[in-house]
Amino acid sequence: MNKGPMKGGPTPGGKGPMPGGKGPMPGGRKIDFGMLKRVLKMLFEFYPVLVPVAIVCILISAAASALPPIFMQKVIAAIETWQKSGDWVGASKEIVPKVLTLGGMYCFSIVAVVLHTQLMAIITQGFLSKMRCRMFDGMQNLPIKYFDTNKHGDIMSHYTNDIDTLRQLISQSIPSVLQSCAIIACVMGIMLYFSVWMTLVLLLGVVAMILVSGRIGGGSAKYFIRQQKAMGRTEGYVQEMMNGQKVVKVFCHEEQSKADFDKINDALYEDSFRAHAYANMLGPIIANIGNVLYALVALVGGVFLLTGAKNLSISGMAFSISIVIPFLNMTKQFTGNVNGLSQQINSIVMGLAGAGRILGLMDEQPETDDGYVTLVNAKVAEDGTITETTERTGTWAWKHPHSDGTLTYTLLSGDVRLNQVDFGYVEDKQVLYDVSVYAEPGQKVAFVGATGAGKTTITNLINRFYDIADGKIRYDGININKIKKDDLRRSLGIVLQETNLFTGTVMENIRYGRLDATNEECIEAAKLAGADDFITRLPGGYDTELTGNGANLSQGQRQLIAIARAAVADPPVMILDEATSSIDTRTEAIVQRGMDKLMEGRTVFVIAHRLSTVMNSDVIMVLDKGRIIERGSHEELIAMKGTYYQLYTGAFELE
Amino acid sequence: MLKRLLKCVREFKTPTILTLVFIVGEVIIETFIPYTTANLVNQIKAGVELSQLFKTGLLIFGMACLSLCCGGISGFTSAKAGAGFARNVRHDVFYKVQSYSFENIDKFSSSSLVTRMTTDIGNVQMAFMMLIRIAVRSPLMLVFSIIMAFRMGGLMAMSFVVIIPVLACGLFLISRKAMPAFRSVFRKYDRLNETIEENIRGMRVVKGFSREEYEKEKFGTAAEDICTDFTRAERIVALNSPLMQLCLYSNMVFVLLMGSKLIITGQSGIDVGQLSAMLTYGMQILMSLMTLSMIYVMLTISSESIKRVGEVLDEVPALTSPENAITEVKDGSIQFTDVNFKYSEKAKKFALWDIDLTIPSGATVGIIGGTGSSKSTLVQLIPRLYDVTEGSVKVGGVDVREYDLDTLRGAVAMVLQKNQLFSGTIKENLRWGNPDATDEELVEACKLAQADEFVTSFPDGYDTMIEQGGTNVSGGQKQRLCIARALVKKPKILILDDSTSAVDTRTDALIRAGFKTYIPETTKIIIAQRIASVMEADMILVMENGRIAQMGTHDELMQSSEIYREVYEQQTNGGEDDE
Repeated sequence: MNKGPMKGGPTPGGKGPMPGGKGPMPGGRKIDFGMLKRVLKMLFEFYPVLVPVAIVCILISAAASALPPIFMQKVIAAIETWQKSGDWVGASKEIVPKVLTLGGMYCFSIVAVVLHTQLMAIITQGFLSKMRCRMFDGMQNLPIKYFDTNKHGDIMSHYTNDIDTLRQLISQSIPSVLQSCAIIACVMGIMLYFSVWMTLVLLLGVVAMILVSGRIGGGSAKYFIRQQKAMGRTEGYVQEMMNGQKVVKVFCHEEQSKADFDKINDALYEDSFRAHAYANMLGPIIANIGNVLYALVALVGGVFLLTGAKNLSISGMAFSISIVIPFLNMTKQFTGNVNGLSQQINSIVMGLAGAGRILGLMDEQPETDDGYVTLVNAKVAEDGTITETTERTGTWAWKHPHSDGTLTYTLLSGDVRLNQVDFGYVEDKQVLYDVSVYAEPGQKVAFVGATGAGKTTITNLINRFYDIADGKIRYDGININKIKKDDLRRSLGIVLQETNLFTGTVMENIRYGRLDATNEECIEAAKLAGADDFITRLPGGYDTELTGNGANLSQGQRQLIAIARAAVADPPVMILDEATSSIDTRTEAIVQRGMDKLMEGRTVFVIAHRLSTVMNSDVIMVLDKGRIIERGSHEELIAMKGTYYQLYTGAFELE
Repeated sequence: MLKRLLKCVREFKTPTILTLVFIVGEVIIETFIPYTTANLVNQIKAGVELSQLFKTGLLIFGMACLSLCCGGISGFTSAKAGAGFARNVRHDVFYKVQSYSFENIDKFSSSSLVTRMTTDIGNVQMAFMMLIRIAVRSPLMLVFSIIMAFRMGGLMAMSFVVIIPVLACGLFLISRKAMPAFRSVFRKYDRLNETIEENIRGMRVVKGFSREEYEKEKFGTAAEDICTDFTRAERIVALNSPLMQLCLYSNMVFVLLMGSKLIITGQSGIDVGQLSAMLTYGMQILMSLMTLSMIYVMLTISSESIKRVGEVLDEVPALTSPENAITEVKDGSIQFTDVNFKYSEKAKKFALWDIDLTIPSGATVGIIGGTGSSKSTLVQLIPRLYDVTEGSVKVGGVDVREYDLDTLRGAVAMVLQKNQLFSGTIKENLRWGNPDATDEELVEACKLAQADEFVTSFPDGYDTMIEQGGTNVSGGQKQRLCIARALVKKPKILILDDSTSAVDTRTDALIRAGFKTYIPETTKIIIAQRIASVMEADMILVMENGRIAQMGTHDELMQSSEIYREVYEQQTNGGEDDE
């Protein structure tokens, strides 16, 4: 849908008899001038030189295109004088210089046009690119909450639809409005210079034109909105059916789904037809009102001439045919530009709305980080003192500056403690109640419980995707609020159920875990994760390109790559959130063995609904509605004959 | 491809043709208006009677009204034709997709089918509307205006001899140069948007690994690159405007000079009226050329969409019912004979090979195996979702390829691994199995699938609305509803492809027990990860790398199959003593 740049019509600010009449006209929609000011200000900020130059060029070319009537009047006046004598040689002395002056001005104007169109191309694309980058950069710093509470499709549309309308605004609407306004002002001046009465006639006609186009445009806008809704319904249905097409086949449901589709499709046709009918009819109607006006101006001019009415004009010129003819051309120009202007209103309103949404994303509050404790590579001397080093030693330490100016180093060991933690995603809906978890270095801690019990929420708190409402979380004895978020997250490897791979090779995807990992290290990690086997069987091995979130892999294979990615990061603490849910139990056992080797001496949090995954954990927490109701090892919990036991024997459903 | 699509016009032929007719009328009248105005101007200049003047004025007014009617009607009919055309294309494409087999669906992927049905058809509709309106209007306008200009302006029109070819060549060159530039940048742009989408979707991963700066850098480089390409392409197109201006202005200068000379020397009866009209014609001619070049560009852009929609329509369904198809399935026995299968002819490896298997009617068969061992592939051959590459599959003693597809699939109920409920009430969803099922039959199927209990616990019971994608029921509930939906069919063969993975073991056991008691004649094939789900089956297949590695009852496999024993022990270790 992003075929924007081609929509750019011919010369902006239609000078010609081609009233486009496309697109809906806004019915009572207001231009947001505050937003317009903001967008313009940004434009000037980005291009403090180019933008003013472009504006001057636009004004020059607009003025030049308003010039002909003056020269025409002069030429026709000359013709009138010389026509009777038929002396071209004499007349040419008067006419040729005038026309050549006009030609010279035109040349000047064309230079201005070349300049402003080229400049606008550069400015538009540069502006959009900068906006895109700003938006993207801003987005990287937003808290996870933003992505959890906004639909991804909606966020995405800022980059596609909204940028598109902004492009239209910058490259088309603003220049063409500027140009049209300038031309209208110039033409208006020239008209008044020639004759006030004729100008009034023309203005009356233009008012009629605006009224009619407003009326029809309103009807068109109404149906366009309906068409949009019908389109949404159709797309929704198509999406559902296409995704469930295999189910349709299995149930031989084709005829029924065809019948349902026909109904929706017919409704879309009705609205689409009406919307386009209004829009398509608008063009010819406006064009021909222009024609009627043209005839009217000619007639009035004729009547004035014949009756010898007294002219009222700035120039003080009397009525003559040399005034009527340029007036006719000005009629076309004037109506053309008024029409063009009224058509731009819609895209300006839409463009500004888009700009508003883009700026809204940029204005979002970024994730705050008051942490000052950082993670550094460390060396431990024989006497136990910890020193900071730059090379990778496999040992990390928390560098903790204190308020009294001293600096202490705490060895990172993976001791994570949650103390009486309360939390809710929204103010009045608490999700976790009084949760306390103690994970000692090297322990494997598992969470089991139904969907919505709060398992994933706990991990969201440990890596500070969300901040707790009450209680304390300590990491190696340090309050995690004091730790810089980047460093905190660097120390935690996370593998989620929903695996997200990026476009690129398998190798690049694994390397995402640690950017300076060598190929050998990546392959080593893949072997640990049990992924090496299938990767080497892929057509391109480790260089196989993954697209569309690894669409060419099975869910289980994607999970294996995600585990390898976490393994290469080699973090001291690992969180596995349903990380092996799509892997068959036999492969899972292989992965498990690799992971156990990897995680030796490190802390692991495991969330799984398959009990075989969590059975060998040191501690298992059973969560129910945000509270920990049972804790202990597998054997202890079985012996307790509580909820875990019931789960295990299959009396409860886990989902 | 275009021809194929144009067939979709069908009942909208009349409005299409009417559009063309009225546009021709509009163009003719519109080219006569400047001509008549020229007369009016000349009359004013000559100072004729007022009544004479009014007559000409009225004539122009009449022409404008007529042209307005023509234009209005053509606008109306073209909207009808365009919207109708799009409706028919959507209809055809949707119907076509309904005839697709699994193989065709796999080929296109559902997301690409959605884009083709929405964005691409939208583009096709735009192209069609443009074709029947502007693409007819502009060339006509061009031709008529040129004719009128030469007839009326004589020597004044000579400028067009130079200007038209210059403009046409210029526009053509610009479009030709700009098009590939745009095409390549659009591809890049699409890729950029894909990376943004990936970034948004994978934000937890990005933040989890603290890769924000890395992502910014990556994006910045890509955005920069695209900006350069876009600017280059846009700057080529930006030449259109000055070129147009140049031609317009040259014409203006020439007409003024030549016109005044012709008038003053009094040749060929030209007066100021014609001079003024010539300027109008000049404008019309140049604008038409400009529009034509735009149409050229836009049509080339939409040609991609036309191609993509055409591909869907041209796809031949891989599976169809044979002639004189058999319309009754005798019983639920299944027989695989020397079956080899691969998903596409080009694939090097067979997904299934060397399958020989006989399942008596009413038997319960369990299938286990690792990821990628082709368990699903095997069972998908039974309702003929794919055709075997070699060998044969028989159901009820008859080759599946001899059955009417509806008959076969009516008798074979399959609960797919990637299953889906549709928006609508639970009842409506269940009736997919059989539109004529009574409410009692629905409840019965739900009881058997252990779904009745939770369905009746909903405030609206069986009339509860399922949201799109079935997001308002839990995974286990969804699976049980899907099983119930399949049971409503009263099938001879029931296939569950990992359909109880989210259901707890106790309920799972209850479902299986129900099958045994209430539908003993139905052949049941159960694919599962959990050994417990298949343990009691009459026969268990252990699949490995597209082959049946072992086959037997639970006890036999515990003896003979190392894989089976290994998996069994993993899943039950530690639990045995407490049972």
